[in-house]
This record gives sequence, structure tokens and C-alpha cells, in this order.
Amino acid sequence: MENLYSLTAHALKELMKKDGLNPSKISEDVFGRIEAVDGRVKAIVRVNKSKFSNTKSSGKLSGIPILIKDNICVKDEETTCASKILEGFRPPYDATVVKKLEEAGAVLIGKANMDEFAFGSSCETSCYGPTKNPWDLGRIPGGSSGGSAAAVAADETILALGSDTGGSIRQPAALCGVVGLKPTYGRVSRYGLIAFASSLDQIGPITKDVEDAALLLGVIAGHDEMDSTSVDIPVPDYTKSLVKDVKGMRVGVPKEYFIKGIDKEVDEAVKKAIGLLKSLGAKVAEISLPHTEYAVSAYYIVGPAEASSNLARFDGVQYGLRADRPEDMIDMYVKTRSKGFGDEAKRRILLGTYCLSTGYYDAYYLKAQKIRTRIKEDFESAFKACDCIITPTTPSPAFKIGEKTNDPLSMYLSDIFTIPANLAGIPAISIPCGFSKDGLPIGLQILAKPFDEETIFRAAYTFEQSTEYHKRKPEL
Amino acid sequence: MKTIDKAVVKHVAHLARLSLSDKELEAYSSQLAAILSYISKLKEVDTENVPPTSHALSTLKNVFRIDVLKPSLNADDALANAPQKEESFFKVPQVIEGK
Amino acid sequence: MSAYETVIGLEVHLQLATNTKAFCGCSTKFGAEPNSHACPVCLGFPGSLPVLNEQAFLFSVKVALALDCKIQGLVKFDRKNYYYPDLPKNFQISQYDMPLSYNGSLEITVKDKTRKRIRIKRVHLEEDAGKLIHPEGKPYSLVDYNRSGIPLLEIVTEPDINSPDEAYEYLTKLKSILEYLRVSDCDMEKGSLRCDANISIRPRGANKLGTKVELKNMNTFKGVRSALEYEAKRQESILEDKGEIAQETRLWNAEKQITTSMRTKEEAQDYRYFPEPDLVPFVVDKDLIRQARESLPELPEAKLNRFVKDFGLSEYDAGVLISQIDIADYFEECAKGYPNRKTISNWITGEVMAVLNDKFIGIKDLKLLPRGLTELLKMIDEGAVSGKMAKAIFAEAAETGADPKEIAEKRGLSQISDRKLIEEMAERVIKREMKTVNDYRAGKSNALAFLIGQIMKESRGKANPALASEILKSKLGGG
Repeated sequence: MENLYSLTAHALKELMKKDGLNPSKISEDVFGRIEAVDGRVKAIVRVNKSKFSNTKSSGKLSGIPILIKDNICVKDEETTCASKILEGFRPPYDATVVKKLEEAGAVLIGKANMDEFAFGSSCETSCYGPTKNPWDLGRIPGGSSGGSAAAVAADETILALGSDTGGSIRQPAALCGVVGLKPTYGRVSRYGLIAFASSLDQIGPITKDVEDAALLLGVIAGHDEMDSTSVDIPVPDYTKSLVKDVKGMRVGVPKEYFIKGIDKEVDEAVKKAIGLLKSLGAKVAEISLPHTEYAVSAYYIVGPAEASSNLARFDGVQYGLRADRPEDMIDMYVKTRSKGFGDEAKRRILLGTYCLSTGYYDAYYLKAQKIRTRIKEDFESAFKACDCIITPTTPSPAFKIGEKTNDPLSMYLSDIFTIPANLAGIPAISIPCGFSKDGLPIGLQILAKPFDEETIFRAAYTFEQSTEYHKRKPEL
Repeated sequence: MKTIDKAVVKHVAHLARLSLSDKELEAYSSQLAAILSYISKLKEVDTENVPPTSHALSTLKNVFRIDVLKPSLNADDALANAPQKEESFFKVPQVIEGK
Repeated sequence: MSAYETVIGLEVHLQLATNTKAFCGCSTKFGAEPNSHACPVCLGFPGSLPVLNEQAFLFSVKVALALDCKIQGLVKFDRKNYYYPDLPKNFQISQYDMPLSYNGSLEITVKDKTRKRIRIKRVHLEEDAGKLIHPEGKPYSLVDYNRSGIPLLEIVTEPDINSPDEAYEYLTKLKSILEYLRVSDCDMEKGSLRCDANISIRPRGANKLGTKVELKNMNTFKGVRSALEYEAKRQESILEDKGEIAQETRLWNAEKQITTSMRTKEEAQDYRYFPEPDLVPFVVDKDLIRQARESLPELPEAKLNRFVKDFGLSEYDAGVLISQIDIADYFEECAKGYPNRKTISNWITGEVMAVLNDKFIGIKDLKLLPRGLTELLKMIDEGAVSGKMAKAIFAEAAETGADPKEIAEKRGLSQISDRKLIEEMAERVIKREMKTVNDYRAGKSNALAFLIGQIMKESRGKANPALASEILKSKLGGG
């Protein structure tokens, strides 16, 4: 028999149901795997042994281990966003998604590494040190949910939660060869997710296959009265969308995503994938999303601006780090924040503060919001002619650790294909669609209309079930 | 759009309650200048009569809560994470009102 | 008349009397153990999110309508970013460029009885901050977040106020309207109503406004008036000495009756306002406005007119009665059970208010309920008690809430209106005081008063004096 840790949630559910597999065996197996490989991958910042036995027998995820990104609050468990400034912070409350997972019987095995406050695309800005890509330990796993994606890829967990503000679920999923879904804005409650950019953030699943993503989304989605931006529409049974059939599905391929500078192997893999879908009966047509090239600029105004305000609360008054021997109140703020935040956090706070400051608001923040309208309109008109849109998830496979740390702009540009979905609030998934010569995973992104995760699942499932990429495992 | 120099970065850092070493100031000034110069391509887009989007879902409106009490944290839990406390207060360096 | 014109704008902050805070379900009750009315939301813990209290929103719309404001069709909230330890998120959820309402007005009566319209610039909803405590002699401060997140309405006037008296009048009138709306307890001592002022002066006839000084820390309306009076004089003397007025914030020191500089505005605040992404926009449609308008109570102005017209009260008396909604309600309750409204009015504006002022209580805390007061008034009319006795009974009833009739009986304060008893007393007095009786018959008018006094003495003050006089006159024949 295969190791339990390498299986999917739906396979394990089958085993528990049909063969009477004892769920505690799964947790033990996963824990052994973490012991064996995490020293090298460094995907997990805290293992939570106390919750291992905490299993509810009847839920949809009963007995299934799940790793939580460290920016999602778990009551009384240290939650730090991989930042020194939140060292020791134990929230006296659960995030809504955590409550839902516990009700579904999932086993919360620990917290995943991430870029500090989700600022980054490489998982290198964590105060705990970088997570490694399981496919090549010299490379980055992507970010900011790099720990979640790497852990799923390395079989250190069955499921994981990430959060996605500009690609933070999809980009690491693509670079680690796993499935990552950013749901429609408002589909999953943000209550208890430590905010980066409130108008863009969304929690979503990172899993070994599409079926698990559908299963997990079904558990965490839904209206929450604690989150004003959560939408009160029913949650469909996403597993019903797992149909291997795309006949007649209208697939749009935006020409703006196949640009100069995109890695040749990525370009080829994605085009091949589109060809496969076409052969399976999808109607593929080229479309245009004319404002795509402005998305990164708009994002690096809106994101940092909101972040600069969201992160103002980390000041040493009520929780987290407080600098020693401050001279006065202002000194305490300045010393605490200067000591507690890492380089990238400071960079984004400075950028965001600048964009909101007197005299610059109209030129930056307001302008970015107007561009956001344009990008939204691009998608709205595109979706009149197609059911989903397919693009590469990233312009290139995983880069080397340290390669871009001194060039923030080039780091920011690695999110070029994932950012538009956040600005428009639409759902998007990344699924494996090939490997580079060096054996690095390549991701395919599928986007759909707001609240049409079902179309995404159907297209993704069809592609996945017609290929073998999701079955390949890294050697560790 | 104006470019950013060290004086501006210093001012912005103060607004954000951050202090920067000379080296950091140097590095951030040039990095932010590069980012802002990239961002300035937004000027190319005519947004004259375009309404701003602050929420991706424009359909979401009037989300209220009814005025009914919910349990608060008890003071011990509220203060459990406090770096410093006294009785059931958070304790901070002396604040001179208005400063 | 001074050579200078005073220009004042007022900014009132009003805590709304909702059960729960603006964006979370914590209680707004005053006086709880520090940090016991707090939750992740109002403590600004990471990951928490605000959800707007519907009642706070409706209260705000009501106030806006009562102040004749225009209501914004689409209301949004903004973040006002600044660092201060009483502000748990280091930003305040407030409203910037699209306040809930704007362009309103309030009419006040100024010195020469003429009416003056004070324009209201805006009324917007925001959240209150926590409270800082500075233990004496200690090198640190303490923070209590129980107040953090209580819904706060900001009501800002245009600089239309031209004297400290007008400012006082405006505040009194505004407070009365707010009390009528029952949207706040308007208690300045508890900080549910707070007022800051902007004041500048300029040579009479000048177009350009003078340099503005912001005044804070006034804890009563009288304090506002005194602070403005002081500040106008201070600014005048600076200008007289050819000096320059600094743009600054000054604190009112009620003890010393002076203002002192708190901070100069060398560094302009940069609040970096932007739309609050955690809240969605709010549409105020015609239906909502209509509903709010229909729920508006009779406002002070209308009540005053009605009291004058329906009850025949003088404008002055009616004005006193309507100045506080609770007093007006007390009066109306009395009026239901007693026909002579003028008498009720006299008692309330006299005895009742004296007691309230004495004890520093509101009429709601008065133990004597309207029914008790009307009962007392009826006892006077029936001659069961004298006016003087009634006052003694009132004093006790106000203190204990006991029934006036019972008090009268218990203390033996019932008036003797029994004709036979008084006749007997009169006969005894006439026999005893022959000299005075003769004086009376000789036409000395004050002799009668003396005889009545003797009857009162005889009865230990309980005889009905009117009846005693009547009986004496008839017994002595003419006079």
C-alpha cells in the first residue's frame, strides 16, 4: 500500500469509509513525513500536536490533516504572519474558516510558513527563513503561501489553506506542481485572516488534485455575518462539477498573456494544454484583455496602500512585540515597528503610505482604483464571449533562492498573470500542466466569472483527468 | 507624477512610524523610485470619466448588523497578549495629551 | 461694540445611545470594569472585521433630518489614519468626502430676540476612541478600550456663530433636539456629548477671516462660553498690541478660567484618508428617508408652539418646559390629570426645577411622579392643604416618592377646613383678644390679620386661613 501521507483527501475518505481506516493512522503517518522531510523543505513553522487527536467523526473532512497558513487565526495558537512583530501572539478567537474546518472534523496539524504578512512571491521574507521548493531545494516555492504549497507538494500534509492577494495561492501552487484556488472575492469569509489588502485578500485551498480543492472549498465557503464583504448566496456542491467533459465550453485565451519575456517552456506547456482541451471539445478563441499591462501597477498601489493602514495596528500596545526601554510613546511605536517588520514589509508600508499621502492620493490611489474599474470591465466583456479564460499562472518556473531579493520590481513582476483576478475579484485556479527540462512544475491558470467556481472545476478536472502531471511527486 | 527622494522617504517613514538607517534610506529611495517609475505607466490610460472601484463586488451594499449584544472577551483574555498591563488596563509609556 | 468681529465654528461629538458599538456587538454601557466591554473588533486585533450597527445608522439619519440636512444617496466610510494609543487600529473608521449628510441648519434666538440661522456643514458617523488614564506621578499611561468603537456622530457648523452667547444658545438648542430624538443621553459629564470650538477674530468689516484657534477640553456649555469669551479677549489684545495670532490648539482650564497652548500646527496632519475596504457602501433610498422622517418625534420648536396655543402658557414658561424633553413629558403627563395647566407650569418651573438643580438630578430621577404632583395640586384646590403645607409635602414627596395624601396624614399636615372647629376657635380668640376685636371694629384693618394669626396658632398652623378669615368677619360683623 502507498504511504497514507501521499494520498488525497478524497482517497483517504474512501479508505476510511470502505476499509475502516483509522483516522489517527493518517495523522501519525503525516506527522512522520513532516519529521522526515521538513528539516529540508522548511514549510511548517509550528506543528500542532495537541490538535492531532481532535477529530470529529462525522464531518466532511473528518480525520483529514490540514495545514493552515500562519496569517489565519487559530484560537490560543501562536499566529504570527511569519513576522517578528507578532511573536507570541495567541489570538483569543478562531478565524471563521478555522471554525468551519473544525466543524467538518479536519485535523489542524499546524501553521505553514509564508512571506512576512504575505508580502512576497518567494517565501523568502519570512522571519523564520525561506521555505524550499520540494522539486529543487535550491529554488523558491513561490509565495506568499509558499509553505502551504511546498508542504502539499512534499506530502507533509493532505490539504492546506493559503491566502491570495495578488497570486499568493496560485503562484506557489504552480511553482510546486499542486492545485491552488483563489475563490471569488466574498465567497470565503475573511474574518480571522490577518489582512494584507482587505479589498483583494481571499482564503483558498491548496491541494493535491482538483477534487480535493472542490471538497475543501465546499467546507470553507459561505456567508459570514462577521465579514461585511462576504456574500450571502448559497454554496453549491462543488463536487458535482467534477465532470470530465468540456465539450462546447467556450475557452478564451487572452493575447496579452503570451508576451515577450514569458519563459519558452511555460509558453509551450500552456499552449499544449490549450490544445488538449480543444481536442476534448472545448471551443477555443483568442480574446483581448487590453488593460492587463496596467494591472501590476494598479496592484502595487492598492495593495501597499491598504496594507500600510492594516499594518498600522502593529505598534506594541496590545499584543506582539514591544521594543525595550522606549523614551516615550512615539519612540515606542518607531522602535517596535522598525525592529518588528522585515525589509519587504517596510518597503510596502512606505510605498503605500506614500501613495495615500497628501498630494499623491489622486495620482496614485484614485488612479489605481479607476484602472481597477477598467480591468474589471475587460473581464466582464470577455466573459460575454467565453465561459472561462486560460493563461499561464506564472511567466517562468521557480527561480533560485536569492535571485530576486535585491530587485523588488522584478520580484513584483512575477505576479503579472495572477494579479488581474484579484483586482477584478474573480475566481481563478492554478493546476499543473507540465514540467520544464529541469523538472520544475509549470502551472495553468483558469479564470471564470464571479461565483462561477463550478466552470473552473469542470475545466480543471477535465484537464487533470486527461493528464498525469498531478500524479508526479518530487524526490525528497 | 513626482519622483521620490530621500527627504520624501524620510517624511513617509515618519508618517508610518518607522525609522530608517542611512543605508536603508538609500536603498528604499532608489527602489521606491524604480517602482514608482514603473507605476507611472498608469498615466497612459485615460480615466477621465471612469468611476473608481474600491470593492470588487459592486453589488454588495447595505450590510448591517442588528443592535443586539454579543459577548465581549473577558478582560483577562483581552489583556492576555499585552506586552505590559496594570490591573485590567493596557500599560504604555506616558502619553502627553496632544503630542 | 468691539472693533472686532468674533467668528466661531463648533464641532460636537455625540455618542449614540445604541445597545452595542458601531461595528461590533460589545456593550456601550458606561462605567464597566476597564477592557471588559471589548472584543477582537473594537480592540483592533488582527483579522477582525467591522460590521455596521443598523441602529447607529438610523439614529444618524434621524439627527441629520432633524437638522434639515441633505442626506447622501450613497454613504461610504473612510479610514482616518493616525497613531495614538487610544486608537487600537491606529486608524479611525470615519467619513471623509461623502459624509452621511451635509448642508443643514439650526435656528437660534439671539440677543435682540431675532432669529439666526446657523448652517450645519456636515453630520457624519464615526467610531469613538478608547480612554487614556494618566496615573498621577507615574511615568506611564493606561488604556481602557471600553469606549473604543462606540458610535459617534460628528456635527460641524459653518463659522456662522458670532459670539460666545450665540455658541451657548446653539449648543443648548442642539442638545434639546438631540434629547428629543432620544439618540443619546447627551451627558457631558460622561463624555457622551463633547464640544470643540474654532474661534478667530477680525476687524469689523474685514473680508478675510483671522487665524483660527481650536479650543478643546470644555466640559460644560458654560465652559464653552467662558472659554470663547476668554479666547476672544486674548486674541483681541494680541491684535491690539500688533501681535500675531498663532494657529494652534488650546486647552480650556476650567479651574483657572484660561486657555493654554497645547500644540502648534507646525506639522500639518496627514490623515491619508481612503475608502474603508472592510465595509461596503450604504444606499440611503427614499423609503429609508421616509421611514426615518415618520419616526421623528415632535421637536422642541413645535412643542413650544403647541404648549402656548393649546395650554395657554406664556412663551417664556413654555420655553422653560420644552428645554428638556423629560421635563416636557412630565408636564404633559401632569396635564392629563389636572386642568389648570398654568398652575402645573408654575410648580414645575418653580418647585420642581429648584429641587432638580439642588440635587443635580434629572426629572426622570425625581421620586415624585406626575400623578403625585397633580394629586397635591388637587389637595390645594380642595383646601385640604395650604400652599405652605403643600410645599412641605412636596419636599418630602420629592425625596421619598411617598404619596402626598399619606404624607399629609402622617405629618398631620392636613388643613382644618371643618367650619365648626374653626368657629369654636374663633369664639375662643374673640373672647381672649377683646382689645384687638375693638380695634378691628374701630376700623384698624391689620387687626383682622392678627386675629387670623391667633386662630392659626390655636390650630398649630392647620386652619384654612381663608375660611378662618371668612368666619371671623361674619362673627365680628362687617369691618
